[in-house]
Amino acid sequence: MEISFVIEKFILVAVIFGISLVIAMYSTYAERKVAAYLQDRLGPDRAGPFGILQPLADGVKMFMKEEIIPASSNKWLFIVGPGLALLCACIGTAVIPWGSPMEIGGKMVPLQVADINVGVLYIFGVVSLGVYGVMIGGWASNNKYSLLSAIRAASQNISYEIAMGLSIIALLLMTNTLSLKEIVDQQHGWRWNVLYQPLGFLIFMVCSFAETNRAPFDLPECETELIGGYHTEYSSMKLGFYLFAEYINMFVSSAVMATLYFGGYNYPGMDYMATLLGPTWAPLFGVGIFFLKIVFFIFFFMWVRWTIPRFRYDQLMNLGWKGLIPLAIANIIITGIVIAIIEKF
Amino acid sequence: MGTQVFYFVATLSIIFSLMVIFAKNPIHSVLYLILTFFTFTVHYVLLNAQFLAVVNFIVYMGAIMVLFLFVLMLLNLNKETEPVKSPLIKIVGVIAGCCLVVTLVGSFKAASINSPLVLKNQSLGLVENLGKELFGPFLLPFELSSLLLLAAMVGAVLLSKRDEVEA
Repeated sequence: MEISFVIEKFILVAVIFGISLVIAMYSTYAERKVAAYLQDRLGPDRAGPFGILQPLADGVKMFMKEEIIPASSNKWLFIVGPGLALLCACIGTAVIPWGSPMEIGGKMVPLQVADINVGVLYIFGVVSLGVYGVMIGGWASNNKYSLLSAIRAASQNISYEIAMGLSIIALLLMTNTLSLKEIVDQQHGWRWNVLYQPLGFLIFMVCSFAETNRAPFDLPECETELIGGYHTEYSSMKLGFYLFAEYINMFVSSAVMATLYFGGYNYPGMDYMATLLGPTWAPLFGVGIFFLKIVFFIFFFMWVRWTIPRFRYDQLMNLGWKGLIPLAIANIIITGIVIAIIEKF
Repeated sequence: MGTQVFYFVATLSIIFSLMVIFAKNPIHSVLYLILTFFTFTVHYVLLNAQFLAVVNFIVYMGAIMVLFLFVLMLLNLNKETEPVKSPLIKIVGVIAGCCLVVTLVGSFKAASINSPLVLKNQSLGLVENLGKELFGPFLLPFELSSLLLLAAMVGAVLLSKRDEVEA
């Protein structure tokens, strides 16, 4: 392993980590602004011009608040919970291809931390691990409402993981690869997967809403039934970690959706731009386009939250098990038949 | 470097699996079991079996252990609810454990330690090769095991349905 390779990856990881945190920070601001717009209000506008310093003010507030660890809680696990939630949210970005290889000083640098040949499954594994943060935190609080919320979160995540996995299988039947990099490259020139797999995309998107605990599937948080949620007992930055993890999860699942179904960093007229801008700047332009797609999906998450009322718990389970899973299986069968017919003729 | 990593991770596996047994709190046991499974995932990666590694990660760590944790959190086991074990059961346990040790030692002696198993095909663990093996030479056992799983699933549904009718 060369030292330059290590340095290159280290810089890439640091940049991606920084960008994730900044995007998560400004998602909190964007969420308030979007909510305000949809409800005909102004939203935060005191801190700085248009209130753009609001996330900093919130962050300072989170750090300065008194830190309370309940006496009857399991102290170690109480601390591990939020840390695990944030960790699982962050490691998902490792396999996402942010752009095509970029030339820096005569050397091609891939804009992806790790191009492993099981990339899709890795994302899936990280998603399935994410629920531990919530479960451990909820149990360690030693509060029955937190525990109920943690159990809700776990059963919701497990139920929707199945439909999510099945919807990805239909996609994999088409792409024949598990590497995210190859999936993106196959979509070059308007062959976006969403055009071939509209139903699969719809199922995947609904499941990502459920996996990130976002409205209309934000059942683990409920003031009237559960007082707060799995984080009822949390205060200060530990609460901040849980809230932050939700926004990073949103960012990562937006990135995954854009990668799998919306062509990643591909855009119309990409080859023309590559000759125009050269091998250094054209990939960066692609990264910009990719981030535009991500921002659109993040906006979509917020748009839905402030538009659609939430589900009841039995409706959530019915939709997951009796609605999405049969649909996803039907989608796999149809995709399989169509591929078989196309290969035959 | 590979061997050193292996010994490090193997030590961790043993420590964590011992902690599973020695932890007083069942929830802690499950959490240590999750860590043990994580070290197994690392072992698979070291063996170049990436697909098995990630499947172990998703299925065991991400799904099965969540269900274990789920049930244990609901049961809320602690010292008061633990059944008192009679000395007879303890003696039986010791004898069974000794038998297991004898069997293990015997089988390890039988296996020749001096000739380590070398994979003929280094990339056997990649998804494509594994799939070709499973759906080629091993098609029948593979399909039979999937039938077994299906039977278990139908059985579980049937059990929960019967309760509903009686109630």
